[in-house]
Amino acid sequence: MDIFLQQVVNGLTLGAVYAIVALGYTMVYGIIQLINFAHGEVVMIGAMVALSVINLLADAGLPPLVVVLTGAACAIPVCMVVAYAMERLAYRPLRRAPRLAPLITAIGVSIILQHLAMLVWSRNVLAFPQIIDMRIYTVAGAVITNVQIAILVSCVALMAALAWLVYRTRLGTAMRATAQNPQVAGLMGIDANRVIATTFIIGAALAAIAGVMVGTYYGVAQYTMGSILGLKAFSAAVLGGIGNIPGAMLGGVLLGVVEALGAGYIGYLTDLCSYPVISGWIGARCASGGHFVLFGSNYQDVFAFAVLILVLVLRPSGLLGERVGDRA
Amino acid sequence: MRTGAHRNRATFWGGLALVAAALVVLPFAVTQIGTAWVRITNLALLYVMLALGLNIVVGFAGLLDLGYIAFYGVGAYTYALLASPQFGLHLPFWVILPIGAAIAALFGVLLGAPTLKLRGDYLAIVTLGFGEIVRIFLNNLAQPVNITNGPQGVYRIDPFRIDGLNFATNQKILGLEFSGPIKYYYLLIVFVAVIIGLNLRLQNSRIGRAWEAIREDEIAARAMGINTTNLKLLAYAMGATFGGLAGGVFAAIQEFISPESFVLVESILVVSMVVLGGMGNIWGVVLGAVLLSFVPEILRFSVAPVQQALFGRMLIEPEVIRMLLFGFAMVLVMLFRPAGLLPSAVRKRELTERT
Repeated sequence: MDIFLQQVVNGLTLGAVYAIVALGYTMVYGIIQLINFAHGEVVMIGAMVALSVINLLADAGLPPLVVVLTGAACAIPVCMVVAYAMERLAYRPLRRAPRLAPLITAIGVSIILQHLAMLVWSRNVLAFPQIIDMRIYTVAGAVITNVQIAILVSCVALMAALAWLVYRTRLGTAMRATAQNPQVAGLMGIDANRVIATTFIIGAALAAIAGVMVGTYYGVAQYTMGSILGLKAFSAAVLGGIGNIPGAMLGGVLLGVVEALGAGYIGYLTDLCSYPVISGWIGARCASGGHFVLFGSNYQDVFAFAVLILVLVLRPSGLLGERVGDRA
Repeated sequence: MRTGAHRNRATFWGGLALVAAALVVLPFAVTQIGTAWVRITNLALLYVMLALGLNIVVGFAGLLDLGYIAFYGVGAYTYALLASPQFGLHLPFWVILPIGAAIAALFGVLLGAPTLKLRGDYLAIVTLGFGEIVRIFLNNLAQPVNITNGPQGVYRIDPFRIDGLNFATNQKILGLEFSGPIKYYYLLIVFVAVIIGLNLRLQNSRIGRAWEAIREDEIAARAMGINTTNLKLLAYAMGATFGGLAGGVFAAIQEFISPESFVLVESILVVSMVVLGGMGNIWGVVLGAVLLSFVPEILRFSVAPVQQALFGRMLIEPEVIRMLLFGFAMVLVMLFRPAGLLPSAVRKRELTERT
């Protein structure tokens, strides 16, 4: 039971970050039906910029929280500029091209960003400065750190802010209108290109913050960290129903929990020695209290992909998505 | 008219003979620059095989596959496990290569069957996930029973052997010194020629035209009585077969493989070769693969000394330049020449058409 609760806590933390990144995918997909393959790299750049800034300020004697927030505050504009440039140079010219074209440029952009980042920040795994004093709280047998609490709280706040932006402001209305029908939105006086660029920029800001969170949580950052994270966040967006904002939030949190629980239990569940029928057959190895684990927690990354494939096969519209003929 | 056609045919066969002669002499010419270049040429030929295989999926049938390298990996590991001390098996290569290709085809069907309902961009992501799953398994199948030897990889893999002809050693044949890589080169050239021949025949066959119809408009194709599901599966299986075959040869040439060789970036690399050359055009794809294999190597040999001379140290590693080249190739080709360097006629119409 302890493991269960612990993994739920870890999963929720990770899932909240996935949700923040997934929002970037889902908003862009909702408006222009593009899988922004390079979104994960924006997260990575956010983490890297924050890492550099925090390292610079580490000895300035400022309170740790201020330093981390400054790092995030510097990462956000950099990511916004990157996302805007990306949209402007690589996606906008292909707005009316066949679907495969922008996806291929997106992959190209992702490789370019990754290796430019490698030039700047080296190919090594960098230690993300852990300047916040870790405090540990025990709740009902599960351990939760102050960093985890901070991540959860800020993710909820960000999601609330985004929901307000999308459903309560003029800009949000314009975004939703463009998503529904760009031509008609244009007739209503909405500058579709501006709305699309804004969507990219908002997604990038969220990605930057997610990057800082991931860096702080894992304590490491590397130029390749974006691709797997991006893929998982994309899976989360698909799980919730791509193009659907509450869906991305739900999908992210669910995926995080599934992944954490899966990683926590797969070793036990696939340990053949825990099944009496089979353990006799294996013999000595089990009898001496040993294990015969088929799949250990190093298969953790498989869960996201398995979820992605299952969702796409069984319910392509995702949990909250509407059934639309053309989608998937 | 007749003489004109006759002359055309004559130029065709003459040209082919010239190309063939050039390809026969090439390894010896390349050896003059450095023996490493024969190996580089061999790798380029492997990429040509891969790109041609992927072209069936991406170019002919219009299904973007971002996990293609998984099939290469499956073929390579099949060869490695059946011809190395890992299990003490040492089957001859002509037995294993078909097995590897068949297993890869099976994986192609396994991947295709549940996912072919999906629309293009989703399919791309799912194939990417599939490729990663295969890699994770290769990396971890050392526990509890050691199958793949995990991240250490499989080593001391048998080279190709036909009676006295051993592809791993230097041998004198007809008074000429044939090094191992040169022998592999000729074998690869034969493979590539056969695959190109198959592809050319395939493209203009009933199946090839059906793929084209599916690529252009799947619903219309189905209305025309084409069994789209089976044909898409066939495209996957065929692409995977060539990938598996190339993987087997790769394992034999390298005599060592590890999951490192089958990462996502490799899949993307093959995609960029197909895209750069021109999706759907066999000669374009060959050109794309050759360019993207050789240019980075040439850069590796030229950029490094130039940087050393100018700045006294390496500012930009050749590997980074290589990857940036791939990235920019994909972006710039899509922006300015969406049908590739050598576009296929149909594809060109499709990709430049504004919807």
